[in-house]
Amino acid sequence: MVVNKYICCLLLVVVGSFTGVAGASPEIQSWTTSNGARVYYVQAKELPMVDIRVVFDAGSVRDGKQPGLSKLTNGLLTEGAGKLSADDIAERMEGVGARYGNSSLRDMAILSMRSLTDEKLLTTALDTFELLVTSPSFPQKAFERERQRLLIGIKQEKQSPRTVASKAFYRKVFQGHPYASPINGSEESVTAIKRQDLIDFHNRYYVASNALIVIVGAIDKKQAGSIADKLLSKLSAGEPAPAIDRVRQLQAPVVERISHPSKQSHIYVGQPGMRRGDRDYFPLYVGNHALGGSGLVSLLSEEIREKRGLSYSVYSYFSPMREDGPFIVGLQTKNEQAEEALKVLKETLNAYVENGITDKQLADSKKNIIGGFPLRIDSNSKITEYIAMIGFYQLPLDYLDKFNARVDAVTVKDIRDAFKRRIHSDKMVTVIVGGKPRAAEPAEISDKVKQPASR
Amino acid sequence: MLKPFYKPFGMAGIALGAVLAASSSIAAVSEFTLDNGLRILVKEDHRAPVVVSQIWYKVGSSYEHGGITGVSHVLEHMMFKGTRQHAPGDFSRIIAENGGRENAFTGKDYTAYYQRLEKSRLPISFELEADRMYQLRLLDEEFAKEIKVVMEERRLRTEDNPQSQTYENFVATAFQTSPYHNPIIGWMNDLDNMELKDLADWYKAWYVPNNATLVVSGDVDPKEVYQLAKKYYGKVPRGDIATLKPQREVKQRGIRRINVKLPAKLPVIYMGYLVPSLKTVSDPADAYALEVLAGILDGGNSARLPKNLVRGSQVAASAGAGYDLYSRLDTLFLFSGTPSQKHNIKDLEKSLLQQIRMTQDTLVKQQELDRVKAQVVAEKVYELDSVFYQAMQIGQLETIGIDSAVLDEYVDRIKAVTPEKIREVARKYLIDDSLTVATLDPQSMQPLPSRPAVSGGGHGR
Repeated sequence: MVVNKYICCLLLVVVGSFTGVAGASPEIQSWTTSNGARVYYVQAKELPMVDIRVVFDAGSVRDGKQPGLSKLTNGLLTEGAGKLSADDIAERMEGVGARYGNSSLRDMAILSMRSLTDEKLLTTALDTFELLVTSPSFPQKAFERERQRLLIGIKQEKQSPRTVASKAFYRKVFQGHPYASPINGSEESVTAIKRQDLIDFHNRYYVASNALIVIVGAIDKKQAGSIADKLLSKLSAGEPAPAIDRVRQLQAPVVERISHPSKQSHIYVGQPGMRRGDRDYFPLYVGNHALGGSGLVSLLSEEIREKRGLSYSVYSYFSPMREDGPFIVGLQTKNEQAEEALKVLKETLNAYVENGITDKQLADSKKNIIGGFPLRIDSNSKITEYIAMIGFYQLPLDYLDKFNARVDAVTVKDIRDAFKRRIHSDKMVTVIVGGKPRAAEPAEISDKVKQPASR
Repeated sequence: MLKPFYKPFGMAGIALGAVLAASSSIAAVSEFTLDNGLRILVKEDHRAPVVVSQIWYKVGSSYEHGGITGVSHVLEHMMFKGTRQHAPGDFSRIIAENGGRENAFTGKDYTAYYQRLEKSRLPISFELEADRMYQLRLLDEEFAKEIKVVMEERRLRTEDNPQSQTYENFVATAFQTSPYHNPIIGWMNDLDNMELKDLADWYKAWYVPNNATLVVSGDVDPKEVYQLAKKYYGKVPRGDIATLKPQREVKQRGIRRINVKLPAKLPVIYMGYLVPSLKTVSDPADAYALEVLAGILDGGNSARLPKNLVRGSQVAASAGAGYDLYSRLDTLFLFSGTPSQKHNIKDLEKSLLQQIRMTQDTLVKQQELDRVKAQVVAEKVYELDSVFYQAMQIGQLETIGIDSAVLDEYVDRIKAVTPEKIREVARKYLIDDSLTVATLDPQSMQPLPSRPAVSGGGHGR
């Protein structure tokens, strides 16, 4: 039980950043299985263990009119497979000390495991895991139970002003796009989902040509090949998931206030940001580092926390996805000072977009990103995470090797130019959750956006 | 985080020795002590060119007394606010410029600061950390802002989270005279009335090298680390350490029960039995048996609570159990859960008590026990994947006054636990007279309007 000095970002941010420390990037080998799944393998000999991650293009972006479907489908993979029940699966995996898990995001649906490489243990783990990947049985009883548990989870989200704010933010930023929909679905949509829907979803998306596998650990390439074949060969080839719609830019500012019996207001400000592999990725990534991506030394933290003591955690980040993921600026503060904090947040953001980064800020950001490169890949679990990202978004395999040089090449002008083109302070979504309901305040917040920045 | 549960982490049944013999890059811990009393422990891990440096102080919320609760944590925040050499914020800026990551954390029994760096930057960490060990400048204007930040942190973590709020009340009920009664972050009223002098006194009382442990792990040479530590930390003068009163928990004489009413959507139950830790137990075998018992109940998806209560009877939407082996004072063997849609909190309490009774009436099956042990062995390997975690374990143990060499015994100690021993500790410790139960009783979340409306009812927009 520990209280940390700060929470850097309240949401998961995957930021790829690597530098050219000689030979420090893991060597990725990649090939395709006979049924069309992509394999990414990195040898890590030091510890007698292996991490395996299977990723399908089957996140909530594939939910269609049934929000929560991808989440439930993914959740059921560990609840019955082949002739095994959830109990059998757990007992077999844990009996050999293997960990396993599943998770589902907007783009990706994931199944993962970790095992010791001792042959006997690994064989049992792989035999079991293979069934999860290829032959989930979606038992009716388990389906009913997991659906009920998801409904309880959705209820619980309503207790949390942060989650209420985050869901409202996605809804407004991505209105009309699948990214707007909550991964867990709504009480209504989840209640309507049937077991057959899961089976249909699984048949369509959990197929080899829509899959990739990452293998990192103390095994050689030949073993990696046979593991990939063993785990995936029974999947039908199927079809890759279709492209998803582009995200549309917002046409006007949106302000959403939601009352909540909380002492703090949670504030999110933002808009659609960028894609993985975006041509502006590096200027935006490095530029955001200075703005709100570098913890306590960021501009936002300086203005909000260090100078004024308004919030414990304030940050900004891009969350690049298949299509434009969100650009988010967030903080929490006691209700009475929400307006003040929002004003400082917007002034800081606007000034940054308007004036751009200084030479010193850019130099400092580069030092931090480049100097910290080895920390990003200092464990098998981190390497697994990055390789899955590179594989899923089909970034070049030399992405890691070149990352540092690309960071280093970013100029003050690149950042100013990219932020001016991409960040539209006059058309942002502002969500404020917390405090009591109040009389209508038409566009008061949006007016402030247009004020010239004070810095 | 104020997370109520400890999953048993270390775990295993397979030939660990053989498995680890292959890992030549992982070495044992080297120990040194400087003349000023600073203890140094170095754990080599040459897998990546990185280093973690952590400095642990023997002080935390359990060292505090009434009226100043939260002072350890507030001081931790102020440690970033300047020294005689450095302006406020310099520390973080310099670490950032060097590609580092840094933070600090406060617990019941410790306050710790860390930096993660590319290995050649270690001297930067040492220079800055040694500096603030004895040259801190506590400035009024910085304190005025930072105390507000801490109050926001308390609102974020506790006051706006009905489960955390319930847990805080639960812990304060379970511990009456033990300093574990107080939350790590402190009571809001104490934060409101905290003064700079409280921090200055606290700094003077505990921040001396002879009350600290330096743990370094990563791609380093222990002798070089020692030389470097001597150069920077050697300058810090030894000091007097305040005396710590024992503050033992009074004997409990029956079940304690509280109900917490808060705006919320879901009920929660916490049940805690007052039990010894490895540090306070008379026979260590008891503590390890409690650790295995926690594993039998909640060590993975195959454990009893997920199997019997979530999947089996489906009384629980979630249910967990945990035990904090490495606690400085007597601790809680903890249960928690949320009932499923079709059941209420009473059903869940009854089911949890049945599960407890089962551990007292019947011996655990050998396969169950083997599974817990298999996980312990495997986790012992998996944890080597995190340089940070390795340092963390060492620091935590040393700081509560246990030689971190016990980490090497862990697997054997767990392996030695028998079904009979598990039943024995379940009977001995999980008894009503040392039980505290807290429930969260959800109230309407509809907020009242800010001014009286004609209709008398408010609505969110």
